[in-house]
Amino acid sequence: MEGIPARARVYVACAALGALLCLLPLPTIRTPWWALALLAALYAGCEQIARRRFAGTFYPVLLAGAFLLPPHAAALVAIPGALLSQGALVRRTWRAARLALAVWAAARVHWALDGRDAVVAADFPYALLPAWAAVLAFCLVLTLLDGGILALADRVPVRRAWRGLFLRSLAPVAVHGLAGLMMAVLWRSPYGPVAALLVLLPMCVSWWVFAQYHRERAAHQATIRALVQAVDIKDGYTRGHSERVGQASMMIARELGMDAERVEVLRFAGILHDVGKLGVPTRLLRKDGPLTPEERRIIELHPEYGHEMVRGISFLGEARAAVLHHHERLDGSGYPYGLVGGQIPESARVVAVADAFDAMTSTRSYRRARPVCVALQELERCAGTQFDPRMVSALVRVIERWGWRPEVTAGEGRVPAPGAPVASRPGARR
Amino acid sequence: MSAARPGWILVLIHASAALLGVVSLVGTLWNGLEERPVALAFGLLITVGEFTRWTGAQVREAAPLGAAGALSYALLGEDAGQPTHHGVLQVVTIVVIAALLGGAPHIARGRGLEPDQLARRVLTVGFAAVCFQPLYNRGFFDEWSGAAYALLLIALLALTALCDAVLAAALAHSRTGWPFGPLLRDEMRALLGIGSAVCATGAVMALAVAVVGLWALPVFCLPLLLTQLSFRRYAAVRATYRQTIASLARATEVAGYTPAGHARRVAALSVAVGRDLGLSGTELTVLEYAALMHDIGQLSLVDPVPSGATADLSAAEQRRIALLGGAVVRQTGVDGSVAVVVERQADPCREQPVAARIVRAVNAYEEKAQGTGPEGPLKALEELRLGTAGDYAPEVVEALARVLSRDCLTLGRAG
Repeated sequence: MEGIPARARVYVACAALGALLCLLPLPTIRTPWWALALLAALYAGCEQIARRRFAGTFYPVLLAGAFLLPPHAAALVAIPGALLSQGALVRRTWRAARLALAVWAAARVHWALDGRDAVVAADFPYALLPAWAAVLAFCLVLTLLDGGILALADRVPVRRAWRGLFLRSLAPVAVHGLAGLMMAVLWRSPYGPVAALLVLLPMCVSWWVFAQYHRERAAHQATIRALVQAVDIKDGYTRGHSERVGQASMMIARELGMDAERVEVLRFAGILHDVGKLGVPTRLLRKDGPLTPEERRIIELHPEYGHEMVRGISFLGEARAAVLHHHERLDGSGYPYGLVGGQIPESARVVAVADAFDAMTSTRSYRRARPVCVALQELERCAGTQFDPRMVSALVRVIERWGWRPEVTAGEGRVPAPGAPVASRPGARR
Repeated sequence: MSAARPGWILVLIHASAALLGVVSLVGTLWNGLEERPVALAFGLLITVGEFTRWTGAQVREAAPLGAAGALSYALLGEDAGQPTHHGVLQVVTIVVIAALLGGAPHIARGRGLEPDQLARRVLTVGFAAVCFQPLYNRGFFDEWSGAAYALLLIALLALTALCDAVLAAALAHSRTGWPFGPLLRDEMRALLGIGSAVCATGAVMALAVAVVGLWALPVFCLPLLLTQLSFRRYAAVRATYRQTIASLARATEVAGYTPAGHARRVAALSVAVGRDLGLSGTELTVLEYAALMHDIGQLSLVDPVPSGATADLSAAEQRRIALLGGAVVRQTGVDGSVAVVVERQADPCREQPVAARIVRAVNAYEEKAQGTGPEGPLKALEELRLGTAGDYAPEVVEALARVLSRDCLTLGRAG
């Protein structure tokens, strides 16, 4: 409530006024009240279920209203459902006004193109044309209104607010429009509203599955994060390191012009690169003082442990190779296999640079963080022998352009790591 | 617990499906096709639906579009206001041919035909058509007009869905030997999800074709294709999720806290025991995840327990590890009930939820049976029975014994 600036309130008031103007002819024209009441109740019911279970608005009922009723009556269908929804009065008014205006426009266009006769006569394929035009009008009005409120309330530049909004909403609304058309046709058929209601069931199921999909995906990402946090439990000093390496890998990949899917995989590669440390005894990871060659060898097993753990996760793709090879060096002096140059997978070369960069720029208990420019100089010095010069120059370029602001908040719900004091340790990276 | 011998059911179902298919083909060849454009359009729709079927992922209805198209053809009475005359035999013929055509590319790619699915489809559609077409063609439904007709179709589809659930449960029962009751319950529950969408789409398509003609098919395919797409993505992310959980579970093995393959064996055996005790699908998923992650608390230990044998530790120590494990699981964003199971796995069995009892008993059995001689499993089971009084729930141990004797599951060393 408090966050809504006065301009936005005026805008909402104007929209509400517009919606009222749309409703004005209601008492003067013969209106099919029972159909209107049924549709409005249906929409309100769907909206109530939707708020509790999933997110999003349920357009088929509204569009069916636009195809069945005169414009002013169709606009009324949206209002009870939107006003009964949750939130402050301003928000509810805004929802009701924007939907009423959009439905009114859609019904107007549909009416103008003789869509209602086509629906009553079940005149296919002609009935598709007015329906399609109505869907376009519906999307257009929603886009205009939404862009306006974004620009006024959130101070988003107008052009950016409108860009993409229309195209993004068109495909789902078009599918909802087809369902709405089917609903309208069946409603006017001898089978009546009962048959029309059946149309809603598959849409609801589709919607529910979509919500499930998002829930499951969120849970999946939390699990990936947990894999990383499991390392934190053992070894406090790498806290946040994994997320930052993921971010740096992503920046390098983007700079190299990789496609979005590969960039995402490389982010995972960065996040998971040290997951094999789970396999290293906690005593060794937390050890004070210098490591013996024997202990060093055990710690150097962690890329292989990590690969052993993640090799069963098929969606990680080339990130698995990155986990195995992120300690290889270009001159062949790295581990575990001592690969040379092009033998090292590209993903591993990206993660190696990101890993070294973050290791140098973050504060460790045994030394202070180095400034970013010093770290980049150091990377450039080692380019060709230890690191791939392409990846190093990409990192240098991207940091020159955007700077290095690692997200400290990465990983909502991050649990404070166990309070065990972090032991000082020798040796920079391992 | 299985009343009939499983093999018979399978043979019976397949044989009757094959018989129905052959009789329909011969009958249709003899009589010729009624209303060819309608038959062709529905045949095309079912073929497309079968062609876009999911392969690989374990799902209840792999080709919802094909199923809905077949059901709507079985219940089709009019085409744009004109009554149709096709009979049961033609419906089954079209469905069989379309399913084989749509399945051909999958067979060519070496995925193979799923005879169970095909038999189910043929029998279900045959059932719906037998209920509707003869009566309709003789004019029995002429007085049923308007909304009553729509309700009649819905009732018929509900009956058909019930029939399909029984068939599916019977097939699964005879393939796996799992108890019939919980399988049927799972199938019925699935009816609420994609099953209801398929049935509703079938009814709507039949009604819509009756009103507007064949144009209704492409118009209404699109929303259902969308449903199919979101189901597929859902199935994909679920599969990925399972892999991730399994990897998280492997962390303890890589770290040397537990023997290789321990978590996976405990999970497989726990699910088998849970199924024997009649747990439902979602409960089994919770049980599986919890069993996979039951040892995760050991990651918080500074030194590994010797060969991961937690069953021989003191009760307080076991409980401490269980609580640590629950804390880790809570961070993973997995369903909260999984964390509860992991947390309570070391509690006295009377206070535990069923899933935790199963995990505890199976884990103890697995640890005791590992690394012993050929008589190890029997001895381990005996130890569990003796310890039943306080630690291990008697009904779980009995179910474990049943599962072991049935599957001859000796828990070999193979990872």
